Amino acid sequence: MTDLNSKYNQLIAENLEKVESHSSDIMNNGRHEAKDIFSKKGIPSIKNEDYKYTNLLPLYNQEWSLPDFNAPMPFTNIDDIFRCDVPNLDTNIVLTVNGQYYEFQGDKETLPEGMIIGGLAEMSKKHPELVEKHLFKQASQETDSLIALNKALAVDGLFMYVPKGAAFEKPIQIVNLLLGDKPLLTHKRHLIVAEERSHAQIVICDHTLSAERFFDNSVTEIVVNEGALLEYYNIQNQHNGSSQITSVFANVHKDATFHTSTISLHGGLIRNNLRIALIGEGAHADASGLSLTDREQHVDNQTFIEHRVPNCTSNQFFKSVLDEKSTTAFTGRILVQPDAQHTNAYQSNKSLLLTDEASSNSRPQLEIYADDVKCSHGATTGQMDDEALFYMQQRGINSREAKLLLMYAFAFEVIEKVKVEPLAIRIEDLVNKRLRGELSRCNNCEIQCH
Amino acid sequence: MLSIKNLHASIEGQEILKGINLEVKPGEVHAIMGPNGSGKSTLASVLAGRDIFEVTDGEVTFQGENLLEKEPDERAKDGLFLSFQYPVEIPGVSMVNFMRAAVNEVRKHRGEPELKSSDFLKVLRDKKALVEIDSRLTNRSVNEGFSGGEKKKNEIFQMAMLEPKLSILDETDSGLDIDALRIVANGVNKLKTPENSTIVITHYQRLLDYIVPDVVHILYNGKIVKSGGKELALDLEKHGYDWIKKEMEA
Repeated sequence: MTDLNSKYNQLIAENLEKVESHSSDIMNNGRHEAKDIFSKKGIPSIKNEDYKYTNLLPLYNQEWSLPDFNAPMPFTNIDDIFRCDVPNLDTNIVLTVNGQYYEFQGDKETLPEGMIIGGLAEMSKKHPELVEKHLFKQASQETDSLIALNKALAVDGLFMYVPKGAAFEKPIQIVNLLLGDKPLLTHKRHLIVAEERSHAQIVICDHTLSAERFFDNSVTEIVVNEGALLEYYNIQNQHNGSSQITSVFANVHKDATFHTSTISLHGGLIRNNLRIALIGEGAHADASGLSLTDREQHVDNQTFIEHRVPNCTSNQFFKSVLDEKSTTAFTGRILVQPDAQHTNAYQSNKSLLLTDEASSNSRPQLEIYADDVKCSHGATTGQMDDEALFYMQQRGINSREAKLLLMYAFAFEVIEKVKVEPLAIRIEDLVNKRLRGELSRCNNCEIQCH
Repeated sequence: MLSIKNLHASIEGQEILKGINLEVKPGEVHAIMGPNGSGKSTLASVLAGRDIFEVTDGEVTFQGENLLEKEPDERAKDGLFLSFQYPVEIPGVSMVNFMRAAVNEVRKHRGEPELKSSDFLKVLRDKKALVEIDSRLTNRSVNEGFSGGEKKKNEIFQMAMLEPKLSILDETDSGLDIDALRIVANGVNKLKTPENSTIVITHYQRLLDYIVPDVVHILYNGKIVKSGGKELALDLEKHGYDWIKKEMEA
């Protein structure tokens, strides 16, 4: 066993009791098993095909502490925090701090009847049957040791239950905040269940509120039941001194749709795992991602869409704009099981390199075991189109503005997939500012972006 | 308006323009004709500032200023317009936003205030009518999915929007059927004023039935080898380019 792995085994061993005491029985169930699996597999190196493009070892080699699970909210005026996310978006806001549920800030009156939203630890005590039915059912710790690490150390997270047929007046905005005065290693676990024929829009905003380093490993399990529509948007805007691994697992049932988009604006190292299983006929998945990177940022999107039954469709659309020495990677696996006839699966990954030092890797992986399917994928990596730039300049638009227009046009194809209009407008604005090199963060954030 | 003296230009070390001399005065229409590969499009690109061409000798002044030291967008703002032989498709950039950005840049350069949105849309509507361009085209991405004829009409539409001093029409007639050709030529003629000038680059005499030139030049092997009145185009049509080639080689 390497020194690094023994360091983390020791971290788990030392903290397991404390973690358990701040969590719930249901969450604690299987913690020891997770600890053992992690101990056996260790932290994945780049020799592991799944982590070929993302080297986590230097990050895990740094010194980290687990957050203080008893810490009171360290800021006084909460309104200063979430205003920076999406100011004009009329949402019900739920806050987590360092991986623990903090509070619901919204109008409970506007929530549909029977809707449950709260901390996963607390809700698994209040609604054990609902949580137990779905928790730990999708995220496989056998294939990824970091899922096991999350399971061993996550104290809390969110539980959101959308009852049958429910529709929302407002989107739910989950604001995940990280703050502290020392480098923190955080783990959180979310569970979202959308019951039959419900429709929910969820906006996730990941933020850092202090200049310290953070490294967050979060796992979200999602169930989209028959005929339901779940929209799930994630805006990643942590400072570049922090890193995050997010793993989203979604099971999509008959005639249900899971629509997701991840916008990565800031953050040092970002790894997004997206695993969607289409398990009922007529299920549909739309997954898109946009990353705008500069300096030495690294964004790695890994998707795995499994078509398990006939007549399902999936679309994937991932783009990145890379400046300076930044790097991105995309691995898109589509698995069509033998029974999944009449599958329609599409995947596209495009990268725009603004410098010679930026680099991007794209790896489509199609495994098709059914014979009557339509599957296609495409990947392009290119630089700015000189002819288009010249054309625009010939009309009086200077080179800088022309480049911005082209970059913006490139990004817009992902932004237009965001169906919450104020959010799309806000993302447009963030992307525009980000591309212009202006601060794309809130006015209220006290810390400076790195 | 435009004065070209002994202009030499090359691409990847190969000389294409070998000493061009040309004077265009305000209000004049000049036609430049010549066989394929004679350097017609290169001349247009060099004047517009395409940086893949290297100017190795000579000078060009535009409205009294040194043109060659300016960036392409500065040349455009000074009033030089190039109608592209192959207009570029720009997915994701809408025609409206593109034109708004361009018009406002040009206005800013002239010391005029930016157009209000409603005024801009009115101008857009008026100019669209001028070139009989399909209203829906301006809502689409620049040139994306446009037919050959639509692309050329779109060039003239942009010319109408930007009101240039000197327009260079590079093979604007290529790929046009007779109806589209008439519309494009009418557009150009309607935009004609006693102050602005036009250089029509074309392979065939056909376009010159509609846009009548004051002077016709024949470009051959990187040089203007013959200049004359509009009847020169008719001679060329009758005798073909072999006539010029033979005369040059003799």
